[in-house]
Amino acid sequence: MLGLTIREVSLALREGRISPTELCRRCLNRIKNTQHLNAYITVTEELALKQALESETRLLQGATKGPLDGIPFAVKDNFCTENIRTTCASRMLRDYTPPYNATVVQKLMDQGAVLVGKTNMDEFAMGSGSTDGAFGPVRNPWSYAAPYREQTGAEPDSDWVVTGGSSGGSAAAVASLTSYLALGSDTGGSTRNPGALCGVVALKPTYGLLSRHGLIPLVNSMDVPGIMTRSVSDAAIVLGILQGHDTRDSTTIPAPSSLTELPEDFDVKNICIGIPKEYHAPGLSEETLAQWSLVADMFDRAGARVKQVSLPHTQYSIVCYHVLCHAEVASNMARFDGLEYGHRSEVNSSTEAMYASTRHEGFNDVVRGRILSGNYFLLKQNYQHYFVKAQRVRRLIADDFKHVFSSGVDMLLTPTTLTDAARYSDFKQEDNRTRSAQEDVFTQPVNMAGLPAVSVPTALSRRGLPIGLQLVGRAAQDRKMLSVAQWIEQRVGFPSISDCGNSSEGSNDTRMVEREQTSAV
Amino acid sequence: MAASSIAASELLHKMNKQISILYPKASCVIRRIGTTSSRCHSQPQHRAKSAPQQLVGVVGLEIHAQINSNTKLFSGSPVRFSSPPNSLVSFFDGSLPGTLPVLNRRCVEAAVMTGLALNCTINRKSVFDRKHYFYADLPAGYQITQQRRPIAIDGILTYSLLGGKRSEVIRKTVNIKQIQLEQDSGKSLHDDVRSQTLIDLNRAGVGLMELVMEPDMSCGEEAAAAVRELQLILQALGTCQGNMSEGQLRVDANVSVHRPGEPLGIRTEVKNINSIRFLARAIDYEIQRQIGVLQRGGTVQNETRAYDSKSGETIPMRDKEGLQDYRFMPEPNLPPLIVYEDNASLPTGFDACQAVVVQKIREGLPELPSVKRDRLVQTYGILPEHSFTLVNEDGLVDYFEAVLKATKKEPRKVIGWVTNELLGHLKQQDMSVSQSPVSAPALAELLDLQETGHISSSVAKQVFQEMWRSSGKTAQQIIQEQDLGLVSDTAQLHSICQKVVDSHPDEVRAFRNGNKKVLNKLMGLVQRETKGRTDPVLVRTILQEKTL
Repeated sequence: MLGLTIREVSLALREGRISPTELCRRCLNRIKNTQHLNAYITVTEELALKQALESETRLLQGATKGPLDGIPFAVKDNFCTENIRTTCASRMLRDYTPPYNATVVQKLMDQGAVLVGKTNMDEFAMGSGSTDGAFGPVRNPWSYAAPYREQTGAEPDSDWVVTGGSSGGSAAAVASLTSYLALGSDTGGSTRNPGALCGVVALKPTYGLLSRHGLIPLVNSMDVPGIMTRSVSDAAIVLGILQGHDTRDSTTIPAPSSLTELPEDFDVKNICIGIPKEYHAPGLSEETLAQWSLVADMFDRAGARVKQVSLPHTQYSIVCYHVLCHAEVASNMARFDGLEYGHRSEVNSSTEAMYASTRHEGFNDVVRGRILSGNYFLLKQNYQHYFVKAQRVRRLIADDFKHVFSSGVDMLLTPTTLTDAARYSDFKQEDNRTRSAQEDVFTQPVNMAGLPAVSVPTALSRRGLPIGLQLVGRAAQDRKMLSVAQWIEQRVGFPSISDCGNSSEGSNDTRMVEREQTSAV
Repeated sequence: MAASSIAASELLHKMNKQISILYPKASCVIRRIGTTSSRCHSQPQHRAKSAPQQLVGVVGLEIHAQINSNTKLFSGSPVRFSSPPNSLVSFFDGSLPGTLPVLNRRCVEAAVMTGLALNCTINRKSVFDRKHYFYADLPAGYQITQQRRPIAIDGILTYSLLGGKRSEVIRKTVNIKQIQLEQDSGKSLHDDVRSQTLIDLNRAGVGLMELVMEPDMSCGEEAAAAVRELQLILQALGTCQGNMSEGQLRVDANVSVHRPGEPLGIRTEVKNINSIRFLARAIDYEIQRQIGVLQRGGTVQNETRAYDSKSGETIPMRDKEGLQDYRFMPEPNLPPLIVYEDNASLPTGFDACQAVVVQKIREGLPELPSVKRDRLVQTYGILPEHSFTLVNEDGLVDYFEAVLKATKKEPRKVIGWVTNELLGHLKQQDMSVSQSPVSAPALAELLDLQETGHISSSVAKQVFQEMWRSSGKTAQQIIQEQDLGLVSDTAQLHSICQKVVDSHPDEVRAFRNGNKKVLNKLMGLVQRETKGRTDPVLVRTILQEKTL
């Protein structure tokens, strides 16, 4: 039951094969049994059971609210949740409880979905491994599945692989079957990257299609709430519910169409798929490349037009992103001064001293480093050289996509990540900055242009770990992009983790102890 | 030279005080501008005398005007003065993470309207920026403002002062560089005893228009007159209530001195000015201070100074952080602000009610103070300075026109009653026109009684005072009760005159011998006898008959 898609479990609920409370209990149990993954920062058991009971009452009265009624979901811990602490995996907000719900959270709750918890992440979403949060790293559920263990002979507790990030907790939650749906956020790939490494569908909608109200920002001009599900069709259902103009977010746009069901038998004959040549990047694994070619050939064979295209400014994207990102981070983080909310240092010799030590104690090295460089980029004497230049490059990158799309290409097909997931011990060899630069190469330019993109899991690697491919669509053509994504999904036969030896679940006491230690950081 | 200047300004200053004591503030504003501004205008003369070496002041202003709006610039919190601390704070105002700004259309319309009234170019597209600095009453760590492309630019403000020997009205202009929309900050309350700072965020996020006036003024009185005119314009538009003591209008002055023709000197910024009177004094003090510094061979420091209204001096402000770099950045959560010229230029399908349409705002502009003054002078033949007095006082023009509507008395005779009697009484008791116990129709009735010869002008003043004291009684009632009407019984008047003539044989003789002045004394005696209830022309005729 836990391995089903939203569509399937929703049907099961309506047919009475399982009750919302029973479903919720099973998910909560599974969360307990997968605690070693460290996917959740807060489990909202009490609220979940209450919401499940309400859903059950509605179901019995024949007044269900829709396909999400009674469906357990998880939310990345940078979306505000009313009366539920929202930490951004930072000491700064360790005990912060917002008084309101983010619009996207509220919309899911209004549909009767059941919130089971807040998921782990990189601190303030700055990272690509979900390894740099105040509550410890997230472990990829596939580390504990049979394929990885059998093919590598790895010891799960020492050789586990990362989830990718920064929405690693959300990806792990969906992949480990503790929730059917999870919200992530995507600024440079933070939803698609862990989605690919954890083998789930990860959608980054068009910028402005989903409200950011209540999403604690990383880079306001690139942030979008991301959707993680086990099927493309589920992602489409959730997108249909979340999309649209929000009066509380002035950058939102009206939904282009009320997104209903995706067509089951989409014809790709008239579709033109672009293969950006610049994405044959150094470090791209042989296996990922092979998957990329395989799916491209599939399109070709099905009668789609597949052609090589060029996005010439791709190579500048990461460095440009860093300037823009760090500048906005420096600005956005200015509010965390210990006065109104969040951590406040004991040092109180002066207001300035209190600010300084509050911010030193509250933020990790990664956040502090970005604030420092961001403020440097914004200094009067540097603004033109860095910020303005980066904005111009951003325009060039966005124009690259425009040119390609105006040449008749409907969609781009690319890898999502360079390789499958790295072992934690290997991942930590490089610092956060280097890792972010490496991991975001295929995902990040899309955020610069505000386009929709989706990562679809296509196969397991030789190490038994998921590989995902990315589709990039034209602005506001999320639905068409998802139709093509579903076409891929129907043909690649990516396995569910539940079919792969259900071993990510364990009640090993030593794991529990270890988890508590990491979360006490 | 400097010393004598200071002495002169001291003297003028004292004179002003005297004037305000002697005369109720009635026409004080215009008179004060008249007296002190003579110093501004005397500069060319000085220059002619003592070569081009004369140092003169250069004044520019930065004005923050709180937008008169029910809600804040980017949130739905109400805007109210003196509410309990932190009772008007939305999640956004408190900078809770994840909250976003939503622009208040009313504030945009107010800025556009103000821009139009000040002859600005309205930018069809303007943008918002973040200005960063750490301060306890700025919860987000940045202020949202319009640094790069403000909503309105290149305006001009025409203002007037009375000057010259014959106190004529002199028109001056000051260029408005720009009007930008921005957020107000909260307030910090420092408790030195407990070494604590308390923060009130009620004001945080209230919409401000920052108006930047170019350094086109040369002294305190010009700046004061410019700000007063701006205040009147804003109040006429309803875009800002303009109360300086409540901080709705805050003025910082950039002051420097130089020799005409030479580059501008190093400027100081004078803050903490909370009335127009103090603005003039602060600027004049600062100009003299800078001249003094230069004449002693020193250099003026580029610094921020605070005006201390008790000592009348400007003092350096503690500059805690040295040179600030505000690290401006575009506000990413607000799309560019677009205003439309007219309904025809709206994009198709765009709801006109949601858009800011310049044409619609232009059509709704009320009569501006300068236009109103010209109209008053032309329509009623009153003096320009009277038009200033009328327009300066909230509601006085309406009162004046209401009186005119109800009386046959000539406007030029009514104006004195309104600007002296009425305004004098109001000022004495610190009341506004709307609080006057004597309504416009009541005053009109009184004036008509005088005009038709029922009462003398001295009695009319007496009746006015009585009306002021016992509100609600009509002039007619008071005249009857106190028997103040003119003695109309000619026989009675003849007998009174006869009594006076009979009891003053010496005066009568003198008059007969050609001393015509003596008649005035006799008239006075009759007036005393009748408590002023006589028609002087009639009394004179009777007396002349009786003394021949």
